[in-house]
Amino acid sequence: MTPLVEMKDISISFGGVRAVNGVSIDLYPGEVVGLLGHNGAGKSTLIKILSGAYKADSGEIRVNGKPVQINSPRDARDNSIETIYQTLALADNLDATANLFLGREIVTATGMLNDAKMEAETRKIMARLNPNFRKLQEPVSALSGGQRQSVAIARAVYFNARILIMDEPTAALGVHETKMVAELIQELKAQGLGIFLISHDTREMMDLCDRVSVMKNGELIDTCRVEDVTEDDILSMIIMGKKPEKAA
Amino acid sequence: MTDTSTPQAAPKRSFAKTLELDTRLLGMIGAFAIVCIVFNILTGGQFLTPRNIFNLTIQTVSVAIMATGMVFIIVTRHIDLSVGSILATCSAIMAMTQTSFLPDVLGLGLGNPLIPWVTIVVGLIVGALIGAFHGWLVGYMGIPAFIVTLGGLLVWRNAGWYITDGQTIGPLDKTFQSFGGIGGTLGATGSWIVAVLATLAAVGTLFNSRRNKVAHGQTPKPMWAEFSLAGLIAAGIFGFVAILNAYQIPTRVLERQFSARGEVMPDGFTASYGLPISVLLLIATAVVMTVVARRTRLGRYIFATGGNPDAAELSGINTRLLTVKVFAIMGTLCALSAVVASARLSFHSNDIGTLDELRVIAAAVIGGTALSGGLGTIHGAILGALIMQSLQSGMAMVGVDAPFQNIVVGAVLVLAVLIDIIYRKRTGGKG
Repeated sequence: MTPLVEMKDISISFGGVRAVNGVSIDLYPGEVVGLLGHNGAGKSTLIKILSGAYKADSGEIRVNGKPVQINSPRDARDNSIETIYQTLALADNLDATANLFLGREIVTATGMLNDAKMEAETRKIMARLNPNFRKLQEPVSALSGGQRQSVAIARAVYFNARILIMDEPTAALGVHETKMVAELIQELKAQGLGIFLISHDTREMMDLCDRVSVMKNGELIDTCRVEDVTEDDILSMIIMGKKPEKAA
Repeated sequence: MTDTSTPQAAPKRSFAKTLELDTRLLGMIGAFAIVCIVFNILTGGQFLTPRNIFNLTIQTVSVAIMATGMVFIIVTRHIDLSVGSILATCSAIMAMTQTSFLPDVLGLGLGNPLIPWVTIVVGLIVGALIGAFHGWLVGYMGIPAFIVTLGGLLVWRNAGWYITDGQTIGPLDKTFQSFGGIGGTLGATGSWIVAVLATLAAVGTLFNSRRNKVAHGQTPKPMWAEFSLAGLIAAGIFGFVAILNAYQIPTRVLERQFSARGEVMPDGFTASYGLPISVLLLIATAVVMTVVARRTRLGRYIFATGGNPDAAELSGINTRLLTVKVFAIMGTLCALSAVVASARLSFHSNDIGTLDELRVIAAAVIGGTALSGGLGTIHGAILGALIMQSLQSGMAMVGVDAPFQNIVVGAVLVLAVLIDIIYRKRTGGKG
């Protein structure tokens, strides 16, 4: 099976600091791959290269086996790569509908925004993701953390993403909402999406991911299947950069 | 995750909310009404005469047109200190174009019907180019807008001076002058026709948006609310036109017009000024800018970028090009204001538009545009310009000393922003 995404030998430097150094990772359909590491290990930077926010100094990205150039967030979207940022990247002064369609508005034949149509579409997708969500007309600054997260997720899911990047999706959420996100990840996985998940919570990663890749100081330590390793193995990879000894 | 399609029980809503009126706008209209009434009492009924209202509207036009563009600038978290100077340069270029370049170089005789139109097109292009250049420096070169336009303030004020050698250029073309205010009005009948057309257009838009909402399964406002709103709009339009039509052209002026045509004025003949063309220009600008703000991608991106520039960028919006567009719109509107301002004077003078940048920024801010970005309305900015102009000319009529006039205007600006901050805190940070 061809991987959905292959990132090969990716490197990027910021003013002399190698933030990511020769890292290769891949992702298959229906799979969740977790990225783990300390703050500053380079996982967010790596993922921002895939989502088009940064441009790699060297390396290759393949989507469905074909090499692609991702120079901007728009390029990433054109390759069906959607990102849910840790900061959510919402325009607080606009309502949920405007945020969901930001950059991809539905327009009428005369080129005007079709707000009524967009609002109807938003209502449909929100009914699926978060049935309690009703504040479609309010600016998203007036929403709770969980509701804001729903808007950010809806934005990624609505446009039929095949590859989803989730950066700390549960960091700001309560217990109930965290559970909803976990359920959603399972559902999207079943639909055949590939998901890159970034989190600090090792326990959560063991539950949600099929494989985990651990990074330290800009380098990839190792990628393992979660059933092959223990939580302690992962922690020692994160902290000491030590590969687990393969059980003979 | 189940689909719940049961509608929420409709909560009791206030009258203003049912009509979907903006309480903030109502507050500003209230403040404006208080200003008018207080001055009317202080001047013994002189302030709210048709004549003074007519003068107020034509004095407001130039600043109000630029204030609509300043809304976009401030919403995207920039500032433009150069608008008065851009106005001066555009005015200088248009004055030279119509009095010197077109007649002398292209050989169009003075009074040629092409002159005013070519002149205006030249002015608008120059304004757009200056604005786009500022936007390029801000967006692509990363120079703060404050610095770029502070430089522009000096550069364009004196570019205008250089172009005209500091001379006053006039008189301007007759047709060109009709954009100034009193020199070009529609008369009573024309004004009533405009009132009817404007009302039809407004009510049509209202019911069109209702139909669109219903088509997508949303609950629209109750029918009585739609009709009250339509009634309010119609009353506003017809009331305004009725006031302007009540301002009669003085008999002296009429007699002169008749004798110029070699006729004798019939006894008891009267005529009204009616709607000035400059006011129509402002209304057209307001409509276009409001449509851009609310109904186009450009407007959506302007507000999104103001609310969260990073989010806008990550959504694939080219925020640099957007900055160029926003400043180009501002420059174009400066040129339009230059047409109105110089036509009103009937000549170009060196100091035209001096300190306009401050009036324009004040109008936008009093009108509810937040300097932190992302919030602001076109109609608010126009109302802000009207409030400023009313204060200024009201105080002049009452006979307040010149220094006190500016002290009051400055204090009002600060107070307006304070009230706005308190209002936004009370309503939970949304505006």
